[in-house]
Amino acid sequence: MLLTLIGLHLALAVVSPLVSRVLGRNAFFVMALLPAASFVWAVVQAPAILGGGAYRESLPWIPQLGVSLTMRVGLVQWVLTLIVTGIGALILIYCRWYFEKGSTRCLGLLTAFAGAMLGLVTTDDLIVLYVFWELTTVFSYLLIGYDSSRRANRSAALTALIVTTTGGLAMLVGIVSLGFQAGTFSIEGVLASPPVGTAATVAALLMLVGAISKSALAPFHFWLPGAMAAPTPVSAYLHAAAMVKAGIYLVAVLAPTFSTVPLWRPAVTILGATTMILGGWRSLRQTDLKLLLAYGTVSQLGFITLLTGLGTQAAALAGLAMTITHALFKSSLFLTVGVIDHSTGTRDLRQLSGLGRQLPGLATTAALAAASMAGVPPLLGFISKEAALESVVYLATTGDGTGILPAPAVLVVLALVLGSAFTMAYSLRFWWGAFAVKPGSPASELHHAPAPGFMSAPMVLGALCLVGGFLGPQLTAVLKPYADAVPTGEPGHGLALWHGITAPLLLSVVALTAGLVMFWKRSSIGRIQATFPKVKGADEFYKSTMRSIDWLAVEITARVQRGSLASYLSTALSVLVIAVGGTLLLTTQWPQVRLYDTIAQPLVGIVMIAAAIALISSRGRVRAVLTLGITGYGTALLFFLHGAPDLALTQVLVESVTLLVFLLVLRSLPKYFTNRPLQSSRWWRMLLAVAVGATITGVTLVSAGARTATPISAGLETAAYEFGYGTNIVNVILVDTRAWDTLGEISVLIIAATGVASLIFLRTRRHRVRREAAVSAGASPTNQPGTWLRGSQWLNAASRSLIFEVVTRLLFGVMMVISVYVLIAGHNLPGGGFAGGLIAGLALFIRYLAAGTKELDDAAPVDAGLVLGIGFAVAGLSALLPAAFGGRIFQSFDITLHVPWLEAVATPWGPVNLLGDIHLVSSTIFDVGVYLVVVGVLLDLVRSLGSGIDTHEAEHIAPLPRPESTRAIAASARRRRR
Amino acid sequence: MIPNLTLAIVAGVLIACGVYLITERSLSRILVGVAVMSNGINLLFLVAAGPAGMPAIIGMFPADQMSDPLPQAMVLTAIVITMAVSAFVITMAYRSFQLNGHDEVSDDVEDARIRALAERDDVSASFEEIRFSDTGDDVVSE
Repeated sequence: MLLTLIGLHLALAVVSPLVSRVLGRNAFFVMALLPAASFVWAVVQAPAILGGGAYRESLPWIPQLGVSLTMRVGLVQWVLTLIVTGIGALILIYCRWYFEKGSTRCLGLLTAFAGAMLGLVTTDDLIVLYVFWELTTVFSYLLIGYDSSRRANRSAALTALIVTTTGGLAMLVGIVSLGFQAGTFSIEGVLASPPVGTAATVAALLMLVGAISKSALAPFHFWLPGAMAAPTPVSAYLHAAAMVKAGIYLVAVLAPTFSTVPLWRPAVTILGATTMILGGWRSLRQTDLKLLLAYGTVSQLGFITLLTGLGTQAAALAGLAMTITHALFKSSLFLTVGVIDHSTGTRDLRQLSGLGRQLPGLATTAALAAASMAGVPPLLGFISKEAALESVVYLATTGDGTGILPAPAVLVVLALVLGSAFTMAYSLRFWWGAFAVKPGSPASELHHAPAPGFMSAPMVLGALCLVGGFLGPQLTAVLKPYADAVPTGEPGHGLALWHGITAPLLLSVVALTAGLVMFWKRSSIGRIQATFPKVKGADEFYKSTMRSIDWLAVEITARVQRGSLASYLSTALSVLVIAVGGTLLLTTQWPQVRLYDTIAQPLVGIVMIAAAIALISSRGRVRAVLTLGITGYGTALLFFLHGAPDLALTQVLVESVTLLVFLLVLRSLPKYFTNRPLQSSRWWRMLLAVAVGATITGVTLVSAGARTATPISAGLETAAYEFGYGTNIVNVILVDTRAWDTLGEISVLIIAATGVASLIFLRTRRHRVRREAAVSAGASPTNQPGTWLRGSQWLNAASRSLIFEVVTRLLFGVMMVISVYVLIAGHNLPGGGFAGGLIAGLALFIRYLAAGTKELDDAAPVDAGLVLGIGFAVAGLSALLPAAFGGRIFQSFDITLHVPWLEAVATPWGPVNLLGDIHLVSSTIFDVGVYLVVVGVLLDLVRSLGSGIDTHEAEHIAPLPRPESTRAIAASARRRRR
Repeated sequence: MIPNLTLAIVAGVLIACGVYLITERSLSRILVGVAVMSNGINLLFLVAAGPAGMPAIIGMFPADQMSDPLPQAMVLTAIVITMAVSAFVITMAYRSFQLNGHDEVSDDVEDARIRALAERDDVSASFEEIRFSDTGDDVVSE
């Protein structure tokens, strides 16, 4: 049920925009139903919980890590659930009037927050607790920053997020550490058999860090006043009643067990007392009612954390009671401020005057709430504070089993009395500021009278402060089991209005009187405050830290991210040389080497090295491309000499295509490379190049020489035929063993070809076809009869070559037939889809080169994209096909076609075998796909870089190389010039 | 395994030449560098493949004389991809000439701005000073 409720919160939050669209502001009522239902659910559980039982529910989540969605509602959880759901429902109802319009975001976030908060206080799993914990942080961030156009909102939201998640991360470390030591992430389990030792101490303290950052204790307190930038109902719910109580909840759960670990009690008492005084002191000088309350909250949170963290019976009872009390009065007061702000447009207490007369009901309940805050009898705040003072009196008189020395204990008492005096003073200041008539100020005007429904939530909460004051014994009975479970200290006298003339009562009187005096002499207090030296607070430290982090990021980025390709490459390559090459220097055992396999290897190698040297020293583009080609063809020869005919064939074809592609582009680029900017770094680059080359050679020799294992390909010489049905092992690897790799590769080919086409045509491939028709419309074919290639009729007679045309005419058909043969035979002989496709593509290149665009369109009157698409589809389908017949993807099958009547056809010259047994392998279909893709790629390349650049030149948008320069005239400049 | 020295040296020289070229500014020259480098790298596969042998075709040559086919298949993939990528990059160079009249790979302007910030000891442009003063004057109303 509980998990369902939490899930419903989150689900409803997701659909809240729809609800809001249909119902408008009334959507808040719908959303309020959920917390209200949860509240009712909790009330129904009362008999079981009060009888000492617990509600449990569990759902597996990550069993491998021992993490499950376990919910366990014991007494503390139940109390917190009532607070979270009850106040949540009231605040959502209140929002109906608070928000004008466009509040969909707050609607969803508040609902989601209510769900997360409910989960936080009811889960039994520490990891789940952490998840909900950070969910509330995130929702808080979004709610504080709801108006991201305002800088204060952004700053406050980010600060709250960073501070609380920092604490949260510390807590996570504590959780993980504690969970591993205890062997369980269940809170119940950890508390039942708590781990001991230094690691457990550190873990508990880390969780305490999380708690005090969430509950805004010093030194983390500064995020809370900033968070007041959020809408007031959000402040009331998140930053007074619910979220900031998460830390206190955690402390309340842990303290009975872990308050005895070293440093826990000193940390809790010192930080709690400091925060209480600091918050109260600062609250006294606020003029914004909301900020006044915010500092009051900081102060009270310190107070409550001190009590719950102390780990004595009396303090535990008082702490839990104060948690309830604070939730009631503080949310009431915040909501009151919201009403005032909404109706008058200000919450500056210097401007507000005489509101009490205009809103008597609200003023009364606010007075009740403020009095409860101050601890005035007979309100709930009074009886809780009495219990609190009683617990510290125990501490001062006997130590109450905590081992706290008398002097510090007395200091704690004094601090609480001083803090209470401040509380009294700022409570008075609040009510006076909001409602009193101030001499000299005109009475505030109400822009519009607040609706009764608007005021109902603060009034109900305020009234509860009064009612609660008379329910001391009942409340004691409810909370006592929690206090009794604390092992340390003696039980307090419980919550009641009258215990007789006791030390706590006297302390209360002192505090109230002192507070009254402070309020009365408020102007003197202001002057005194002004004389205090200004010290750098934690917020200043936070600000300077954030600034330093950003500064550091700039410094590091400036050093690391130079923005220059050359410097990145040099850095990476230097690391290679130093790290890998450095290891080479330490190599003790250099392998034996073979000088060469055949004498042809060094001969080819020398030519290649010479070509490579010529390449780096060439300033002309064409020369560079040609010398590059020599290294490429040399590579092909080395492949051949090594026994890799497939590689040699493909390399030769690829080298030819690359050469043609480069030359097609180079016709519109300047003749020479630019040399200018890097002349200076030339020697350095040369050094780096030599170092990298030497490193690579050395590493290759050492690593290859160190190999003792059998090559992984051993066994392929039988497997290739048994599973791949082919005798050319390289081809079987490509289309069967590593077919996924090949599929990836042809995808890269398609992407690259599409990239080329889009860089030239910019829009679609189709676009260009129409373009060509328009361009050629002007030029009429010369229409000579008997040409060898029809496309050449459109060419200028001077640029035609008869021999080339004749050769092309003869060669094209032959090449196409060979390409298909290479494709089909490739499974058993050197060749395959790649080689076949390259041959067919080269044939298309030749047609273009011989007679231009028209000829190319004649040869391949299809869109390259279509060929690419069909090829890829064929390849993909052939991969899936075996799966349709019960095989695995990319599994190969073979079919042997046996056509008896063609095998021995009777002829007058005896039987002739027209067709042998045809052995077909399904992976050949995949190779057909590869073939089509490669043809498509080459068609795309020649269309783009051939025909496309032709069109650019006809339209004067190709770059025009400047004479005697390494630069060209850009297209835009050419267009301007025309 | 005994590696082949000739192949390793030729590969090393091609790669060194490639490194020299790719630290240039001209995109077409960088491309040529990448191309010569990949030729060298493909030769490294031959070194890894072991001694030269007969083509790996079943039935045509005895299995123990065949060269290792697996590195060959990898190189085949590499060769074709290099071709396609080279075509793409040379087209980029063309486009760069078409737009700017040169094909120099220029330094990132944004990074130059960051360097300027660092020289001034400044924070980044997106940094926003946290502003909500402790006295709370402008916390809520700005």
